[in-house]
Amino acid sequence: MEEIAQVAQTKELKPPVTSVGVIGWLKSNLFNGWFNSVLTIVTVYFLWKVVPPLFKWGFVDSLWNTTGKACREASGACWSLITTNIRFIIFGFYPYEMQWRPLTAMIILCGLLFYSRNRKHWSKYLGHAWIVGLFVMGLLMKGGLFGLTPVESTQWGGLPLTLLLSVFGLTAAYPLGVVLALGRQSKMPTIKVLSVLYIELIRGVPLISLLFMGSIIFPLFLPEGLTLNKILRAQVVIIIFTASYIAEVVRGGLQGMSRGQYEAAESIGLNYYLTMRLIILPQALKMVIPPTVSILISAFKDTSLVAIIALFDLLRTTQSVLSNPEWMGFSREAYIFIAILYFLGCFSMANYSRKLEKELSTEH
Amino acid sequence: MPSSALDARAPFWLDPKVRSIFYQIAVLSTVGLLAWYLVSNALVNLEKQSIATGWGFLQRESAFEIGESPIPYSAANSYGRALIVGALNTLKVAFVGVVITIILGTLIGMARLSSNWLISKLASIYIEVMQDIPVLLQLFFWYAIFYETLPSPRQALNPMTGVFFCNRGAIFAIPESHPAFKYMFLAVLTGCAVIYLLRNWARTRQAKTGKTFPVVRVSISIIAGFPLLTWLAFGAPMKMSVPELAEFNFEGGMTLSPEFIALLLGLVLYTAAFVAEVVRAGIQAVSKGQREAAMSIGLKSNQVLQLVILPQALRVILPPLTSQMLSLTKNSSLAVAIGYPDFVSVANTTINQTGQSVEGVALIMAVYLIFSLSTSVIMNWYNKRVTLVER
Repeated sequence: MEEIAQVAQTKELKPPVTSVGVIGWLKSNLFNGWFNSVLTIVTVYFLWKVVPPLFKWGFVDSLWNTTGKACREASGACWSLITTNIRFIIFGFYPYEMQWRPLTAMIILCGLLFYSRNRKHWSKYLGHAWIVGLFVMGLLMKGGLFGLTPVESTQWGGLPLTLLLSVFGLTAAYPLGVVLALGRQSKMPTIKVLSVLYIELIRGVPLISLLFMGSIIFPLFLPEGLTLNKILRAQVVIIIFTASYIAEVVRGGLQGMSRGQYEAAESIGLNYYLTMRLIILPQALKMVIPPTVSILISAFKDTSLVAIIALFDLLRTTQSVLSNPEWMGFSREAYIFIAILYFLGCFSMANYSRKLEKELSTEH
Repeated sequence: MPSSALDARAPFWLDPKVRSIFYQIAVLSTVGLLAWYLVSNALVNLEKQSIATGWGFLQRESAFEIGESPIPYSAANSYGRALIVGALNTLKVAFVGVVITIILGTLIGMARLSSNWLISKLASIYIEVMQDIPVLLQLFFWYAIFYETLPSPRQALNPMTGVFFCNRGAIFAIPESHPAFKYMFLAVLTGCAVIYLLRNWARTRQAKTGKTFPVVRVSISIIAGFPLLTWLAFGAPMKMSVPELAEFNFEGGMTLSPEFIALLLGLVLYTAAFVAEVVRAGIQAVSKGQREAAMSIGLKSNQVLQLVILPQALRVILPPLTSQMLSLTKNSSLAVAIGYPDFVSVANTTINQTGQSVEGVALIMAVYLIFSLSTSVIMNWYNKRVTLVER
């Protein structure tokens, strides 16, 4: 009892002021050692030189809702380019009075994506909801049913096109990629060789050469009279391209499975299809969710390449605004704006992937 | 005996071997039929458009100019030569890009791990932002900076003597050509050979006697000293070719076109973000205990880095680094969007002029496949050597 009383009476010494609070934090994070101190000072000076002028350009001196002429006289950024042309940049040549349709389709897509974020919601019903959702989105874009005026796919453009190419691209490429990965692991030589050839050939060449192939050569290979429209051809190319990357990711998952899993499946008498369907794929695919999300991210970024083969995606609609004499010369503002859009999309996906990685990790 | 008993019980269509052969034949014939169908369609269509297939067009006169070329080229040359110029331009931008990317990516990766909060935060912001913006958009952005923001040659920015920036590109002063430079280049090659021999000798000596030799320091002095001595031996030629403003453009010096700079900037800044992540992961993969163990057996800090940390980190870094380098090379094909005459861009012009689309696209794919395969062969060979260090 006495000892405890003594301890309580001992005066608690506070740590020195220089090692706690703001000063302590500064000391241990910015000024530990002479090298770091110099580095910090140089960096702060550099930031001081760069950030305020940029802020002034982007926010203080900028114009938000004027004509192109007024912009030319101002010294700041011309965000009016965006505010004036926002509907063309987002929707392209989609008929003006019907642009609520792609907008609704995008809202449905975002809602579905947002709901699917939580893994607890993953179920058969969510799968059905996705199928219905994709159908409704397609209907909204295309029209022709339920009194919706049909809109030719040549008029599709902007953000809906970018999203369409990446979402449908990944949905269709995923099963193809899984089949290819299984083919590459197969014991049958012909199937293995064909899969390896496909995967390595597609991964070895740049996407743009495949897009050229789709837009220039593909029509040659079709029988006379049959033509596929440009968007569909680009979509097929993106599916073919993405599938080979997914195949490699899935192969990583398959190789990560222990032999015991295959042997156990065999010992309870499952055939190849059931082994894969019930034992191997559920585990392997779960393991590779994070790298699959990063494939989704790069597929989303890669859709910007269709601008080169003259499809009016987000990048191309912006460029055609820039070719208007009134807005010529404001490329920086326009590109920064779409860069922010792409960044938001990719960043949220990357964040989600990191969260999933944490949830799925079984390490301690 | 038991096997024949089994055979008797199971009908032949349940035999895994028979099934496997059946599946393979089915897949192969499906693929074959599809290919035959497509090719026969293509032949009919080509005949209808009266396009002669074959490689004869490579010898014909190209009749288009190429903006920049490492070898002499004019519109009177053949398509074949134009395509070679394109391939060389691709190699040029890929090689320069890879070297700068590795340096910049390593620096950013190390900055990301820095104990300095500000530096580490800035590096992570850089990595995050650059990874999430499509490379094509970045190319357009840098190209726009060049042709929209920078002034005409008359009002060119002149940050240092002998360096100019304008909407025609960047112009540098370079040393005027002199026979000494050829010999300096030879001196570097000789230096490399000497270093290789020296390293082998030092290794055998260390294995025999245990004596070490300061290979790195001596190598650095050889690689710097040999050309320097050659330069001095030729009387130290100092004359510079300084760019001067002629009527419309600069004359003299070395000009880097805005297309080249925009392509290089876009590719390097984009890929460096990925390389930084690779380098960070590699360094973090070496466990703390390795460094502590190395220090406890009395290695100096540079030896710890050279003999313990780097060999292990490299093993983790190399495979993903290779794929980043390959993706930089493949992304250089986006040059076609900003008008840098790389292989895809030249091939595209060729296709448009001759209509030989099948051959043109086949050439593009073949060239990139050769690039990819040769890089992976070299990197796999190097990777194997690095992996052997582990044991």
